[in-house]
Amino acid sequence: MKIVVCVKQVPDSAASLVAENGQASWGDAPLVINPWDEYAVEAALNMGGDVTVMSMGGEDAKEALKHALAMGCKEAVLISDDALANVDTQGTAKVLAAAIQKVGDVNMAFFGRQAIDGDAGITPAQTARVLGWSALTLAASINVDGSKVTVERSVEEGRQTVSAELPAVLSLVKEYGEPRYPSFMGIRKASRAVVPVWSLADLGIEAPVPVVEFTETLNPPARDVSVEMIEGGSPAEIAEKLADKIMAEKIL
Amino acid sequence: MAKQKFKWDDPFLFNDQLDDEERMVRDMANRFCQEKLMPDIIEANRHEHFDRNIMNQMGEMGFLGITIPEEYGGADMSYVAYGLVAREVERVDSGYRSAMSVQSSLVMHPINAYGTEEQKQKYLPKLATGEWIGCFGLTEPNHGSDPGSMETRAKKVDGGWILQGSKTWITNSSIADVFIIWAKDEEGIIRGFILEKGTQGLSAPKLEGKFSLRASVTGMIVMEQVFAPDENLLPNVQGLKGPFGCLNKARYGIAWGALGAAEFCWHATRQYTLDRPQFGRPLAANQIIQLKLANMMTEITLGLQSVLRVGRLMDAGKVTPEMISLVKRNSTGKALEIARHARDMHGGNGISDEYHIIRHVMNLESVITYEGTHDIHALILGRAQTGLQAFSG
Repeated sequence: MKIVVCVKQVPDSAASLVAENGQASWGDAPLVINPWDEYAVEAALNMGGDVTVMSMGGEDAKEALKHALAMGCKEAVLISDDALANVDTQGTAKVLAAAIQKVGDVNMAFFGRQAIDGDAGITPAQTARVLGWSALTLAASINVDGSKVTVERSVEEGRQTVSAELPAVLSLVKEYGEPRYPSFMGIRKASRAVVPVWSLADLGIEAPVPVVEFTETLNPPARDVSVEMIEGGSPAEIAEKLADKIMAEKIL
Repeated sequence: MAKQKFKWDDPFLFNDQLDDEERMVRDMANRFCQEKLMPDIIEANRHEHFDRNIMNQMGEMGFLGITIPEEYGGADMSYVAYGLVAREVERVDSGYRSAMSVQSSLVMHPINAYGTEEQKQKYLPKLATGEWIGCFGLTEPNHGSDPGSMETRAKKVDGGWILQGSKTWITNSSIADVFIIWAKDEEGIIRGFILEKGTQGLSAPKLEGKFSLRASVTGMIVMEQVFAPDENLLPNVQGLKGPFGCLNKARYGIAWGALGAAEFCWHATRQYTLDRPQFGRPLAANQIIQLKLANMMTEITLGLQSVLRVGRLMDAGKVTPEMISLVKRNSTGKALEIARHARDMHGGNGISDEYHIIRHVMNLESVITYEGTHDIHALILGRAQTGLQAFSG
């Protein structure tokens, strides 16, 4: 079983997003491996076999790769190219698909359900489409039997069991189970690992042309909020005043 | 080049002075400590309970014997990495850091440094995983700062040694599987022994009623004619330099750890005084509060630079005991002062364990005392610069 896990380096979940000069910015927030991707790494490691972790991004993304190596992944690849600066999810999918093919003989590609920076959540399905593989998204459990993979999808209505022939692309949700902490022995190995960098030329593809353009990025208008404390002698009296207020403001 | 911004929580860009491995170790230690240790600390401290499983969890993470070679189950990392972990563990509780320090520096280190190959293979891997817990018996009821006057005796007999005496204030003794014991032989030379739980004549009663390090177990070690076979002697050291070699490593970890506790108090106090309005404005808007916050920031920032420097020297083989005395004394003294101010700045809430500050204050009262008191380390530094020892008349 050969698995590629695709991870992304993102601003920490505590970071606040603002629009600065028409660009989305997280300021100098610390960067971390996308938390959802840790579930994907955990799942891949539990499948046994060789796990290669892959990321598209700048030098910073090596930290996400090293985190995954420290968790136990065998190999890591960084895909980095100046021409990928403004790539959209479809472009990302094309690049990742080319890289997955370059790794060769891959049975499954794992993703986190979405990245917490863009929150699009469509790269897994788009990558599957480019590869021509089945996309099994939002997987909470995985079972491989021969050439068939069956997953339990965690969807709003409940659970849905689907299966497909390998190779396949899976995206993982947190119901899969808590990701492991990298051990210190893993960290030692990871910190010494030399991560190969693949350019578009290495992948043999042209820079994908974005189909989505962000023409403008704005901060949401500041909300005009006022607070009024409603007081009264009893809870019933307070509730009555509140109800009157809600009616008067035409909220209901 | 982008203009460098001042980071209030990392004024001297400490993080930039770490390499990739050290940063990963720190981040992982921080995450583990905050996610796994922090949630239960109030209850553990309130009820004087040490969860044995914490040792296994720390072992799994690689916290036990960080500097011990990989072949014996250690992580074979630097002393800077060890310090970074101590800081993160003590950010939660000094008691947990104590458990880690004792296992790593006072039990695994002497076996690794003074033990035979057989002893290393037998004990180190299980101590590294936390399957076995170790303790270190040096302090005695009548001999604290002056361990050279110890009363515990080891008498040579056929095939081994007979140990007689008692030790007190021993972290983890009542739950220990392995005991490192220091005793004087018939010629008055201090020798190290490894004892195992269940040996006849060996008992380790728990000390009750501590109002400090309550999430850590402390006990006595009582030895009544305990037989230790020859193979349980640590052969490669004699004299006080044996236990002192261990204490140096542990004191170094304490110097880092105490700053972790201090940092917790500082950050919590900054947030508390920002969030709490009195007289129509945040407490933090008052000059006296800002003065105290500035002092906290200054001492912690300088303290971190000092322990990092000593760590680098230790990794380069250039450290001396006086350097360790300097940072152990400075970090613990400053940390206790910061915790006390933090307690004060939290007002009444400062005494509630829900806010954690009073727990750190109570803990740091031990941390400033054990492994060489604040004053004893001053005497070491005094002797180092005057050439005159002031320990005895």
